[in-house]
Amino acid sequence: MAAQYITETETGSEAGSGIGSGADEVVRLAARGVTVGYGGRTVIDGLDVTIPPGVITTIIGPNGCGKSTLLRTLTRLLRPASGTVVLDGEDIARLRTRDVAKKLGLLPQAPVAPEGLTVADLVARGRHPHQSWLRQWSSDDADVVEHALAMTGVADLAERPVDSLSGGQRQRVWISMTLAQGTDLLLLDEPTTYLDLAHAIDVLDLVDDLHESGRTVVMVLHDLNLATRYSDNLVVMREGAILAQGHPRDVITAELLHEAFGLRAQVIDAPVGDSPIIVPLGRTHV
Amino acid sequence: MSGTETGTGARTGGPEDIGTDVRHARRSVAQGARLGRMSFVWRPWMVLVTLLLAGAAFLVFCVSIGVGDFPIGLSRVIATILGRGEQVDEFVIMDLRLPRALAGLVVGIALGVSGAITQSVARNPLASPDILGITWGAGAVAVFLVTVSSGTTEAVVSSVGLSAAALGGGLGTGLLVYFLAWRRGIDGFRLILIGISVSAVMQAITTWLLVKADIRDVARAQVWLVGSLDNRSWDDVRVALWCTLVLMAVVAAAAFQFKPMHLGDEVAAGLGVRYTVVRAVLLLCAVLLAAVGVSVAGPVAFVALVAPQVAMRLMRSPTPPLMASGLVGALLLIGADLVARAALPITLPVGVVTAAIGGPFLVYLLVRANLRQTDR
Repeated sequence: MAAQYITETETGSEAGSGIGSGADEVVRLAARGVTVGYGGRTVIDGLDVTIPPGVITTIIGPNGCGKSTLLRTLTRLLRPASGTVVLDGEDIARLRTRDVAKKLGLLPQAPVAPEGLTVADLVARGRHPHQSWLRQWSSDDADVVEHALAMTGVADLAERPVDSLSGGQRQRVWISMTLAQGTDLLLLDEPTTYLDLAHAIDVLDLVDDLHESGRTVVMVLHDLNLATRYSDNLVVMREGAILAQGHPRDVITAELLHEAFGLRAQVIDAPVGDSPIIVPLGRTHV
Repeated sequence: MSGTETGTGARTGGPEDIGTDVRHARRSVAQGARLGRMSFVWRPWMVLVTLLLAGAAFLVFCVSIGVGDFPIGLSRVIATILGRGEQVDEFVIMDLRLPRALAGLVVGIALGVSGAITQSVARNPLASPDILGITWGAGAVAVFLVTVSSGTTEAVVSSVGLSAAALGGGLGTGLLVYFLAWRRGIDGFRLILIGISVSAVMQAITTWLLVKADIRDVARAQVWLVGSLDNRSWDDVRVALWCTLVLMAVVAAAAFQFKPMHLGDEVAAGLGVRYTVVRAVLLLCAVLLAAVGVSVAGPVAFVALVAPQVAMRLMRSPTPPLMASGLVGALLLIGADLVARAALPITLPVGVVTAAIGGPFLVYLLVRANLRQTDR
C-alpha cells in the first residue's frame, strides 16, 4: 500500500510543482543521490531534491526523519557519504567554505550568543565572509548591517545585549545576522523553535518579507499548519526519504499525513488564503 | 499571508518604514577606521584600555626591576633599559634582575592569552589551562624528572631539562584531553569535565611521585610546583621569549578567523570559517603557550583563569579579548611577584600570591554561573 501511495504523490507533485523546474538553466541548490549518516547509522539514503528558486521551501516530517540532516547537508555542515550537493551548478564540496558563505546564509537550530554581545555587534559578524585580516570593516559593511537591522525591525534594539531580548526578538536578530551576510539563499533550521504562536507568526512574516524581496528560503518547521501557510513548496520526509514534494494544496492530504506521521487528521480549506488547514483528530476529540 | 493578526502588537519593520530604521541603526553600528590598506572596527574604549594596560604593565615591570636588596629608582631603571644607565645599575639590572622581570612578563602574557583562547573555544570561563589539566600535566612530568632521575643524571635535571620536560608534559596532556573530549566535534562542557578528570589524575601522579621520592628532591620539586620566578637566568628566558613571540604571531594571524567562533561552531561554519582547523591551531597554540609559561615559572595557579575574565570586564567585551588578556596576565604575575617579594613580611613564591587572588575569584565565577542558571 505504501509503495503505491508514493507513486501517486510523485505524479501529483510533478503536476503541481511547475515553480522552479520550468526555467531550469542553472540549479541554485539541489541534492543528487546523497547518503548521509552519523557514525555508522545512515539517516538519509540516496535522496534527490531540487530547491526551486525564489520561493519558500519547507521541509516537514516526523521527528528523526532526517529533516535537519537534509538541511545541514544542503549547507555543507554535514558531508554526505555519497552523492553531491549542487550550489549554482557546482559541487558544493569543491567550493571554498568562504565562497559557500557568500552564496548561502545559514541559521542553525537555537544558536546562542555570548552573554553581553550587543545586537549591532552580532549582526555585524554576519559580514565575516566579505572581510579579510587586513580589511576587517568598511563603510559597505556598515551600510549592509544597518539595512539588515532595519529590515528585520530590530534597529531600535541595536545597542541592547542579545541575551536581554525575548525569544522572538532574538530570532529576528539572528535572521538579521544571516541577512547581513548578503546572500539571496537562506537556510533556516527550525526558526520558530521555543516561540509561542504569536512570535512564531512574527518570525515567519519576516521570512515572508525576505522571500518577497526576492530571496530563496529553505527551512525546517515542526508545525504543519504554519508550514502549509507560509510555504510555496513543501518537502515531506519520512525515514530519510522524500514522500512528496509540491505546493501545500497539492501535497497535503489526510492520506499523506497518515503515511508520513501516522496522524489521523482532516484537511480542510482555510477560510483565508489558498492553503489547506490540518485538523488533527487524535483518538478522543472527534 | 500578511493579513494574519498576530496579537502581539509588537510587530514593526515592514519594508515601508525602513528609512527611519536605517537612520536609527546608523547610530549603533560600529564605525570603521582606516590605516593604510587596513580597515578595522574603531572602538575607542578598547584602544584606550589596551594602551593603559600596556602602560601599567611596563610600569610594574620597571618597579619590579627596581625593588630588591639594592633599590634602584624608577628613572634609573628606565634609563638603563634604554641603554643609557650607569655601569653599576647596568650590572644589577641587565644581569640579575631583568631576566626575572622578563620571565614574569613573558609567562604572564603566555598564560593570559592561553586562558583567553581556551575560555573562548569552550565558551566557558572555567576552561583555563589550569582547570583543563595542562599545567598539572606539565608539573607531573617535571616532578617525575626531578624525583626519578635523582642524583644519577644531575645534568638533565638542570633548569633546561626541567623546562623541556614541562613543555612535553603540558603538550602531551593537552593532546590527551583534546582527543578524549573529541566526539564528532568539541563540546565545551565535555572538554572541561575531561580536563578536570585528567587534571585530577595528574595531581595524583604528582603526589605519588612526591611520596615515593627522596626528601631532598621533594623539597626542590615543591618549590617548583608552587610556581616561582626566583633565580631566572637569561638562558631560561631567551627560549621562552622566542617561543612566545612565534606563538603570538600565529595567534594574531588566526584571530580574525576566530571571531565568528564565539557564536558557536555551526554559525561560524555558516559564516565561512573552517572551524575545526582554526580551533585545532588555536588550541595547540594555547597549550604550547601554557606549557611555555609553566616551563619557565612552574605551574603558577589561576593567572590563566583570572586574566581573561578581568580583561573582559575592563574592556566591556562579551568575549575574552586576546591582547588585553595577555597584558592583564603580565600585570597580574609581575604584580603578584612584587607583592610576594616586597610587601609581605616573609618572601613567598609568586604562585602562593596568585592562588590567594585566584581562589576567591574562581568561587566568584562559580557563584555567578550558578545564579545565572537558576535565573532561567
